[in-house]
Amino acid sequence: MSWLRQPLNRIGAFFRKRALDDDLDAELAAHLELATEENIARGLNPTEARRVALIAIGGVEQARYRHREARGLMTLDILLQDLKYTVRTLVREPGFTIVAVLILALGIGANIAVFSVVNTLLLRPLPFRDAGELVWIAPPPEKCGLSCATFSTDAYDDFRTHSRSYQDVTGYFAFSGPDNLSLNLGSAPIPATSIDVVANFFQLLGVEPAMGRAFTAEDALSGAPPVVMITHAWWKRQFSADPNIVGKAFDINGRQTTVIGVLPASFDFGAVFAPGTKVDAITPLNLYGPPRDWGNIITFIGRLKPGVTLAQAREDARIAAPYMCWNHKYPQSCGSYKDGVVPVPLKDYVSGRLRRSLVVLWAAVGAILLIACVNLSNLLLARAAARSKEFAMRGALGASRGRIVRQLLTESLVLSCAGAVVGLCLAIILVSWLAHQGAIALPLLSTLRIDGAALGWTVLIAVFAAVLFGLIPGLRMAGGNLHEALKDAGPGASQSRRHERTRSVLVISEVALACMLLIGAGLLLRSFVRVLSVDLGFEPDRAAAVKVEYDDSAPNDQASTQKRTAIFQQILARVQSLPGVEAAGMVDYLPLAQNRAWGTPFPKGIRRPDKMPAGPLVYVVTQGYLRAIGTRVRGRDFNWDDGPSGERVVMINEAYARFLSSYASWPNGDAVGQILTNNGGKDLRIVGVVDDVHVENVEGETGWQIYYPATQESPAGAELVIRSALPPSALAGAVLRTLRDLNPKQPAAEFKPIELLVSHAVSPRRFFMLLVASFATLGLLLAALGIYGVISYSVTRQTQEIGIRMALGASASHVQSRVLFSTLRLAVIGVLIGAAASIAAARVISSLLFATSPWDAFTYLGMAVLLLGIAALSGFIPARRASRINPTVALRAN
Amino acid sequence: MQPSKLDLLQGTLDLMVLHTLTVMGSNHGYGIARRIEQISGNEVLLNQGTIYASLVRLEQRGWITSAWGTSGNNRKAKFYSITPAGRRQLADDARYWERLTGVMDRVLGMTAEEADPA
Repeated sequence: MSWLRQPLNRIGAFFRKRALDDDLDAELAAHLELATEENIARGLNPTEARRVALIAIGGVEQARYRHREARGLMTLDILLQDLKYTVRTLVREPGFTIVAVLILALGIGANIAVFSVVNTLLLRPLPFRDAGELVWIAPPPEKCGLSCATFSTDAYDDFRTHSRSYQDVTGYFAFSGPDNLSLNLGSAPIPATSIDVVANFFQLLGVEPAMGRAFTAEDALSGAPPVVMITHAWWKRQFSADPNIVGKAFDINGRQTTVIGVLPASFDFGAVFAPGTKVDAITPLNLYGPPRDWGNIITFIGRLKPGVTLAQAREDARIAAPYMCWNHKYPQSCGSYKDGVVPVPLKDYVSGRLRRSLVVLWAAVGAILLIACVNLSNLLLARAAARSKEFAMRGALGASRGRIVRQLLTESLVLSCAGAVVGLCLAIILVSWLAHQGAIALPLLSTLRIDGAALGWTVLIAVFAAVLFGLIPGLRMAGGNLHEALKDAGPGASQSRRHERTRSVLVISEVALACMLLIGAGLLLRSFVRVLSVDLGFEPDRAAAVKVEYDDSAPNDQASTQKRTAIFQQILARVQSLPGVEAAGMVDYLPLAQNRAWGTPFPKGIRRPDKMPAGPLVYVVTQGYLRAIGTRVRGRDFNWDDGPSGERVVMINEAYARFLSSYASWPNGDAVGQILTNNGGKDLRIVGVVDDVHVENVEGETGWQIYYPATQESPAGAELVIRSALPPSALAGAVLRTLRDLNPKQPAAEFKPIELLVSHAVSPRRFFMLLVASFATLGLLLAALGIYGVISYSVTRQTQEIGIRMALGASASHVQSRVLFSTLRLAVIGVLIGAAASIAAARVISSLLFATSPWDAFTYLGMAVLLLGIAALSGFIPARRASRINPTVALRAN
Repeated sequence: MQPSKLDLLQGTLDLMVLHTLTVMGSNHGYGIARRIEQISGNEVLLNQGTIYASLVRLEQRGWITSAWGTSGNNRKAKFYSITPAGRRQLADDARYWERLTGVMDRVLGMTAEEADPA
């Protein structure tokens, strides 16, 4: 431990400075007396004796300094001294300090916030135990939506039996819609959203219930008493955080259902698996009950055995796939999943698509930080010019160059730490606001928070920024010629001129960075506008939807269909008679919500190709739906006469019609009136061909769609879609009253404008676009500030020169245009460099654009003009000031 | 112009102080400084003030201890004495110093024949 002794003593000495100094002073005093005495004894007179003793000591102050150096932490001493000095100077210049801290706070705050987003979405593991072992297992993406991304319950069993690399596999029912539960507490039923999961779901993810227990295999068996687990948020909101809720039973969907557990607050199903949606309850999925015959309904989530690599898991899944059966009742369906079982890391599935957007976002805030630093450098240089004499003086008094650079870096560090603290506050506000934006369809957003990593990042960028913006002015100032600086009278001197060149280079780089940001933001903005103007195939404005509860249970399909037809007919008749309703109809899945496929109906009498693409997405609708949602039909819409005993009818979309007609020789290639068959089912007559609708997403291809009448096929539920001249909110009350009137069990479901579905679908794009655009605006402002600072300073410096020019006859407008010209010269160079860099870097952003070239000339030109305009504006103020210089005053000064 | 005095090599002052304390027993800073000056025949350039940096360094390392006391002519002064650890260190350092001077002697005493590798 002896090696520790000295460092510890040094630290101790640092804190006992006063006492140790006093001790040393006493010792030196004693020394002096002893020496003087001895000198007197040698025959010197007292005055001379003391003088000789002092010379022998070699300077009391030096002795003291060496003592301190030997015993304590000199570096820390100097740092404290510099800090004290810095704080004093900064407090003396509040204007400069506030501007500098604010600029840094914006730059650093934006960086912390974006880092938190990147950290949450990309870097941090998912909020599950050993999340690295979790994989999402799905077929490669295909046209038929969710039905092609899921598996049947038999396939689930087969996969578990035949795979070797997995500790276990779980899954959830992928087709649950919002508000599929209705909780009956006596008054109007309360709608809520639940997800059916395979019973081992929570064990596999490693989620422990906050209260009660998780599901067991018995909970999911046929005939088991109904149970539910509720989310923390719903428990607090709906059950006022009842501590005794476990074991209580409630009427849910008409059955007494026992609450067996409350999930922890950290578990948010929507955040991970269904971004932008809220899930209130989790229920067990009965794998061996009716779902067995529902086809592809569950997603697979697997947990790899420890040490199993992704490649091994993939190979294992490839080997297991041929053993998987769609339904054991149909042996020919075994092997249909061949090549369609591919595990990917769950994290990649959840947020992999966003990687590029986040990288661009990160680059944007990086640019903001650079611009902020350049701005600060500029401010410090301007200040340096004013302080150069101070530093020359310190140099003359013996301060080393390193010591002066150190002092300046300390100043930068103090500024950037202050900026970081304010920035952190800004980031906390921004991040907590973002975490509550439930409507943005981005995964994990609700788990967003400033954590230890974000704090570490803050420290890192604060130091980085301090070095970046402090070094150039520091070296400039410390490197100056002492003599020159002391002589330098200010205006017109060489030192200032050199400063100004540095500052011009800084401003140009700032403008170039801002230009890149603006072009990036411009391209994203243009893409967003293009996305918004996509012809969706339906008209979202003035349409709204509400989930309708109905009961069509009957002993057989035929009776059930008749019962349902009667209910729907009645509801639609009543709703259509409401004032303001233009059209109304029912659909089971709204566009941009869930979807499913039922095979591929093919023209009758034509041999099917061996390799059939996956089938069209299926929508079960009533008459009037297409008119209500605003989709055009060629041929006819369904009507109430298309009953269960009549001819089976369908409508298909243009794309599917085109595909079918490429096999069939239909007159004029027209599908209307033609007949399709679907694997031995009844013949289907195409009564109408419908516009292609963006049902899966706004930006992708439209795919194939087929519509069945709810009067012949059983829908998965009913959304009442209403088109009206009135705003949806004005209709909501009347419609809900009508529904409640017809069915007292109708829950108080949300009346949602169709526009909301669209804005939800484009919300990630809007989110990124808005962030990048606000960063670009920030960059633009900072660049404008930088230009203003440099031009304004140079006008001040040239006051005398301008005065002489004006005295010699230069007009005010001439002076003004000279200043403006020098401003624009900087801006144009910056814009040219920025545009060139953008052209070179555009490929990075191209995958984020929609129907917009990364070299879109319009955007480049527009942004260049905008930037030059702002530059001219920020140069205009100093230019005006220059033109108002009074020659006599200017010449008299100095 | 008088011949210039020797500049002290890094660390040698510490060694001198330790040895002085071993030989003289407990002493104050002034006494140690004077003693070194006398022994060296006034050949070393010693600002007496530097002795205190050396003393505090040695004390922090635990090789000497200090206490305020009274000098022979009744003056208050801080007295330093060497610790067992200090004696061990002195032995090590002295051995090192002897080896170093031995090597220096040999190298500087080298003649042209000895330097020839053949």
